Amino acid sequence: MSDDGQHDTPGTGSNGAGDNSLLPIGPQEPLDNPGVPEHQPRPTDVDPALERRAERQVAAMFVVGAVMALAFCVAYFLFDPHPETGETALGVGASNLALGVTLGLSLLLIGLGAIQWARKLMADHEMIEYRHSAASTVEDRQEAIAAFQAGSEESGLGRRKLIRNSLLASMAMLGLPAVVLLRDLGPLPGVKLEQTVWRRGMRVVSDVSGRAIRPSEVPIGQLINAEPAVFFEHAEEFEGNELLNEKAKAAVIVVRMPPEEYTPYPARRDWDVEGILCYSKICPHVGCPISLYEQQTHHVLCPCHQSTFDLANNGVVLFGPASRNLPQLPLGVDGEGYLIAMSGFQEPVGASFWERG
Amino acid sequence: MSSSTAARSKAGAASRSTAGVVTWLDERLGIGALTKKQLRKVFPDHWSFMLGEIALWSFVILLLTGTFLSFWFKPSMAEVEYMGSYANLRGLHMSEAYASTLDLSFDVRGGLLMRQMHHWSANLFLASMTIHMLRVFFTGAFRKPRELNWMIGLALLMLGIIEGFAGYSLPDDLLSGTGLRIAQGLMLSIPVVGSYISFFVFGGEFPGDDFIPRLYTVHVLLVPGILLALITAHMLLLVYHKHTQFPGPGRTNNNVVGFPLMPVYMAKAGGFFFIVFGVTALMGGLLQINPIWMYGPYNPAEVTAGSQPDWYMGWLEGGLRIMPNWETNLWGYTLSWNVLIPGVLLLGVLFALLAFYPFIERWITGDDREHHLLERPRNAPTRTAFGVAGMTAYALLWIAGGNDILAYEFGLSLNAITYFMRVAIFVVPVLAFIITRRWCLSLQRHDREVVLHGYETGVIVRSPDGSYAEIHRPINPVRAYELTMHEQHTPVEAPAASDANGVPAPAQGKERLRSRLSHFWYADDVSKPTKEELEAAAHHATNGSHALEDGHGPASGNGAHLGIETSGIVGGQDFGLEQKPKAP
Ligand code: HEM
Ligand code: FES
Repeated sequence: MSDDGQHDTPGTGSNGAGDNSLLPIGPQEPLDNPGVPEHQPRPTDVDPALERRAERQVAAMFVVGAVMALAFCVAYFLFDPHPETGETALGVGASNLALGVTLGLSLLLIGLGAIQWARKLMADHEMIEYRHSAASTVEDRQEAIAAFQAGSEESGLGRRKLIRNSLLASMAMLGLPAVVLLRDLGPLPGVKLEQTVWRRGMRVVSDVSGRAIRPSEVPIGQLINAEPAVFFEHAEEFEGNELLNEKAKAAVIVVRMPPEEYTPYPARRDWDVEGILCYSKICPHVGCPISLYEQQTHHVLCPCHQSTFDLANNGVVLFGPASRNLPQLPLGVDGEGYLIAMSGFQEPVGASFWERG
Repeated sequence: MSSSTAARSKAGAASRSTAGVVTWLDERLGIGALTKKQLRKVFPDHWSFMLGEIALWSFVILLLTGTFLSFWFKPSMAEVEYMGSYANLRGLHMSEAYASTLDLSFDVRGGLLMRQMHHWSANLFLASMTIHMLRVFFTGAFRKPRELNWMIGLALLMLGIIEGFAGYSLPDDLLSGTGLRIAQGLMLSIPVVGSYISFFVFGGEFPGDDFIPRLYTVHVLLVPGILLALITAHMLLLVYHKHTQFPGPGRTNNNVVGFPLMPVYMAKAGGFFFIVFGVTALMGGLLQINPIWMYGPYNPAEVTAGSQPDWYMGWLEGGLRIMPNWETNLWGYTLSWNVLIPGVLLLGVLFALLAFYPFIERWITGDDREHHLLERPRNAPTRTAFGVAGMTAYALLWIAGGNDILAYEFGLSLNAITYFMRVAIFVVPVLAFIITRRWCLSLQRHDREVVLHGYETGVIVRSPDGSYAEIHRPINPVRAYELTMHEQHTPVEAPAASDANGVPAPAQGKERLRSRLSHFWYADDVSKPTKEELEAAAHHATNGSHALEDGHGPASGNGAHLGIETSGIVGGQDFGLEQKPKAP
């Protein structure tokens, strides 16, 4: 990077126009360039009293900055960050407040002091530096090209096609190990996206307590968040985050509505139990858990992008960016009178994907 | 010894020791030549040049606070029982990542401050980069030779968005987990390989065990490393090209007028670092951000209503919200346009458009020269109009990202807002384009008027014959120069349709297209006053047809009605004050 650092100060006769013309300036300017204005002394340049005052101001800012840094240390040991014992202020806690304010003021004062110093006391002569075209000179460029050609000539890269091509081939082949190495980042999807843990006969249980649900306990108009019973009965069988993975697919909502308000598809006529219906909780848009239920209309709304589904009409999309209906889980009752699934979901739940069909 | 001699000998000793240090270093590093050039390098001054500086300093603050956080944060999805001091969550099962973020917030002194400063400076980083980019766009600073630096800047912005998203996904709270789930949904929408990408990224099914540790490496090593390299390149190119400057007296395309790096810029830029740092610390101390303890640990079956991402993700969220629910089924395979277009393609399209913009403009205008003087937005009406149209589209998407909040706050129908946005996103930017372009042209016309006839004082006078008129006063010569020194653009003309022998010229269709675009670009520009017009205006005025202007007496007598002051009204002093550089 070259740069001749040529400088010029105004008032020495230069109008700043310079003569090394970098750019063919367009049509003639209608007015002459008045040149960089004369330097005007600031009050602090001419009045020693003002100058001393500015000096004291700057120093005072630095000193108070130092005091604030000390205050920070005091606050660090004085306040407890625990929410129960620590006093809260402005909702962020006294410790956080005191630390933030002292640190902030300390930094701020150093900054303000430096800028005040630059503005009031440092020399403020505007300087002129000339620019050069970003390009190197034509000779330099030609020499560069010549050097490159000489190097390339001496290597014989152009002539020895066999070497060149075999080299390119082996370099290209190195891309494969780079990709293959990443193979163990994860298993292949297989059918995992299409399956949940729901099976025929699995109880539908409350998601908080894990209690099985009797139809009589489901009031009209209420939405119950539910999960498959395995999550509670056999939680130890899930390793690591497997439980979360399965939950992310298997969460369901259970609602009850008067049977006359409900119009199932013919194939789904026996999917309810006394007007109790069960749908996937996972939005078919991009997978948020659906949560907002409007009991008069039986609509549920996804809080993420507001897709709205009609639970009284097989979970069809009424509005929003989701393009698929909310998958429904057929319900039944087991021998002991608890709600169970009559099968797994008959379609993949959650966001669409290529192989989904 | 008198005190002045003492001072002199002290100064002498200081300069001797400076020389000693420099010599020692130079003998080992050869820094003399470089330092000679760069230490007094000139930087021009303008408030808008501070935007990039805020971004730079925010990045430094992110490095400092982020390093602090990394001493306590545990990037692990292993389940633990929380036993820390936040009573409301004690005894709950959660990931180690979430538990350690709670510890940072409640058990590490200063931890919450560092978390909040980290998050605030992330927002500041992205906001200042975005506005800095707009400044560069609207003033034409991206033109040759700075196209590559423009592209580096875009890469920084894109990586910054990714880095921010990665960052706020780390604590593994309910809000960030929901964001990750949406991100996984976007991955799944990618044709053919979507489910494979999702499985590879998450190490299996969502959310799995692997993701947070992987994201952590991306957040603290991979992306910051690339950012650091790109920022370095950005700065080196800035030094090499030298900063652009706004036009003004003495400021030309061949020079740069301003203050030297040492001492003025070191003090100003260095001081400014402390100011940005201080403001960030005050924000961290006073303004709560991302209180993860209020959201609870991530649970894929739960969600909070009204969940919102950080502001810089808002426009993507808006795209997802207003996209119609199109999905195509082809031979048993699914293409989810409803997710793919707003979630994946939109980002790519926006950045591709921005990246190629300098080359598109350069081709249309046929302008291959170097530009170091900034253009006022009004003097590039078509560019400005494109910029405003783009900003409008961005703003609409961003508003759409909060459509539920809008509906709630203003009692509007959510559906109505969404349908409106689906139309508005296409119509309003076009309107914004047309209005902006006209506005720029009328500002150009106004500039021309002011130069020729002076500015309107707002003072209405009645002349002896009973007519009313407004007094125009001349503007000062510096202002007049500033208003007339911009370039007058001329459209590219297509070459003759066929050469002398009647053979059609090759690539003629392309040239015709270019000429047509170039005419669209420039043809409406208001021509700036020529020397002759200025003289004619002066002549016209002195001949008394603007008799009212004589209201201000003999001081501006002969020839003063050029619209530009010629006499001592604006003396050297006034002149100097107006040119005084603004404080940072
Ligand atoms: C441009 C750069 C960066 C951006 C935009 C960024 C952004 C963020 C954001 C928004 C968060 C969430 C904070 C919260 O509210 O809890 C975060 C968390 C975190 N960041 Fe960064 N960051 C950046 C660089 C770094 C660097 C360089 C490091 C480490 C050297 C780092 C370490 C961390 C850690 C450990 C966390 C998790 C702790 C926590 O969330 O409290 N970050 N980052
Ligand atoms: S995830 Fe439900 S609407 Fe987007």
